[in-house]
Amino acid sequence: MAVETNNKLVKWIEYRLPVFSFYRHFLVEYPAPKNLSYWWNFGSLAGFMLVVQIVTGIVLAMHYSPSATLAFSSVQGIMRDVNYGWLLRYIHATGASMFFMVVYIHLFRGLYYGSYKRPREILWFMGVIILLLMMATAFFGYTLPWGQMSFWGATVITSLFSAIPVVGHAITSWLWGGYAIGAPTLNRFYALHYLLPFVIVAAVALHLWALHQHGSNNPLGIDVKGPQDTLPFHPYYTVKDLFGITIFLIFFCYWIFFDPGALLNPDNSIMANALNTPPHIEPEWYFLPFYAILRSVPNKLIGVMLLGLSVCVLFLLPWLDTSPVRSGKFRPIFKQFFWIFVIDCVILGYIGHLPPIGPAKFYGRIAAIYYFLFFFVILPFVGWFERPKPMPESISQAVLDKKAKRAGTEKA
Amino acid sequence: MERVMRKFLVAAVVLLTLGVVRPVPAAAAAFVQKSPPDLSWSFDGPFGTYNQAALQRGFQVYKEVCASCHSMDYLHYGDLSALGYSKAEIKAIASGYTVTAGPNKEGKMYKRPARPSDAFVAPFPNEEAAAATFNGVAPPDLSLMAAARDGGPNYIYAILTGFNQKPPKGMFVPTGRYYNPYFPGGRIAMPPPLTANRVHYADGTKATLDQEARDVATFLMWASHPHLDQRHQLGVKVMIFLFILAIVFFFAKRRAWKDVEH
Repeated sequence: MAVETNNKLVKWIEYRLPVFSFYRHFLVEYPAPKNLSYWWNFGSLAGFMLVVQIVTGIVLAMHYSPSATLAFSSVQGIMRDVNYGWLLRYIHATGASMFFMVVYIHLFRGLYYGSYKRPREILWFMGVIILLLMMATAFFGYTLPWGQMSFWGATVITSLFSAIPVVGHAITSWLWGGYAIGAPTLNRFYALHYLLPFVIVAAVALHLWALHQHGSNNPLGIDVKGPQDTLPFHPYYTVKDLFGITIFLIFFCYWIFFDPGALLNPDNSIMANALNTPPHIEPEWYFLPFYAILRSVPNKLIGVMLLGLSVCVLFLLPWLDTSPVRSGKFRPIFKQFFWIFVIDCVILGYIGHLPPIGPAKFYGRIAAIYYFLFFFVILPFVGWFERPKPMPESISQAVLDKKAKRAGTEKA
Repeated sequence: MERVMRKFLVAAVVLLTLGVVRPVPAAAAAFVQKSPPDLSWSFDGPFGTYNQAALQRGFQVYKEVCASCHSMDYLHYGDLSALGYSKAEIKAIASGYTVTAGPNKEGKMYKRPARPSDAFVAPFPNEEAAAATFNGVAPPDLSLMAAARDGGPNYIYAILTGFNQKPPKGMFVPTGRYYNPYFPGGRIAMPPPLTANRVHYADGTKATLDQEARDVATFLMWASHPHLDQRHQLGVKVMIFLFILAIVFFFAKRRAWKDVEH
């Protein structure tokens, strides 16, 4: 993979640190399956959002005061007096929502096309670890504006640890740095909110390393057989990703410029007040499905355990799914349960937003039961009983078949 | 397997319907909070901007009515330039208020007229003093009122025009509380602040209750989102740029992939 050049500086550097061949290997020549659909754009979009969040976050940190007395007014200073501070904050605040949206689509894509199956299990684990780190980062970040929902959301979530028998209350005091959420909590959450994104960067590096070991999965879920099945990453996928990012930016910018309030909770425009509990405490939308699962369980400890399980079950996915076929395209039964699962997650999210009374509580329980049923019963059993549809020989063969079929219909 | 699938779906539908017909416990109180009307504002939509005349009238309502009880801690007199006031006018507005400054070289605090760089002077020295005056509830700061309530300016308008209605039968409204169907719980501590001709508009606009409420809601919307005009204008430019960029990348992609079977 030598770099062909006559540039002396490039040669000098390349001999000592082969960055140029690394770049060529990973971003230019890297062979990607030629049949990747637009669902495969969301990986690079997630990487893009991580960079956006880190860059805007660092600039916001230059103007923010992580102290319980000053945090709220320093955010107002950013919104009112810092040049384009409103833009930075709206990018960062709505960016969190966009990041989760992109990552959830990326995750559902992996679920549908069996991207967690051999030999990509560790690639999938790194992805789940990134998701967990993102959740922690988003949670810490949400406390920083020190509004009512920051304060009470943090109170509800950290109090979950008190459900742990014997040591629960000791753990919550240790997390808070006191006997309630207060100034020390804000300081440590700020420190962690600044730290974790860089841990995410490291996890992303491992995620990409694992990705490049066996290459991307693809919509057919069959292995690449040779060079006729692939395209070099540049220019084919660089230009496709750039087009995708531009379309995504149009969506992102709509929220930033024309409706930023839609993704922010009004209660967070009121400064944190330990003596005044808001009537309805709810997390950001990206936590709502998990919140609904938590509230579906009458017992706090079991609720907390199921909440943890609802995310960590993703680690077990390579073993829970017993089907040898990767792509949902060739799995007629799985496909239907998959779409019910997607709808189920949306329903859980909506129910997490409603007060847990009456029919909402009942539907929440049904939806929570299906959530776990999907992973622990449906996936293993469907894998055993389902008869997959016939699969094409290779990626290039599938492309030729599709073309022949299209030509046939055109003639007819 | 297909049959299993169908059975599952039938079971799911049956279970969900059972959920619908389960009796819902009747609401304990007869009071149901009304949602505010959906009014049209000059700042609605991607091209919306503030109407400066409305902002000035709204500021007048705030200054002459609201400000006797409500603070606006995050605003400075200098910010009023966005309402179209000149430097001299802002200086004159600010100098009508007194601030405690210091300490001076002798270590003494002293009073001086406010300057454009000063924050809006609050009607009470602190929250406790405000609460002591109003039966223990301090009137909330208005700097972020349009952001801190669901419905924003619509909610503010609804509260200001929602007084003088009959409370539902059996609802007890104690002295010092006023019935307002748009307020959570329906019993607000604020007496009706606005009536027709509560202010005499400098620009000659007829001061109806509706007009006053709209104007002050516009002013409070600006106070919560002072950069909305700039945000909308930049947003439109960014969108135009992104649409052009998307077209360019679309054709670049088509060209790059032209000779590939995929």
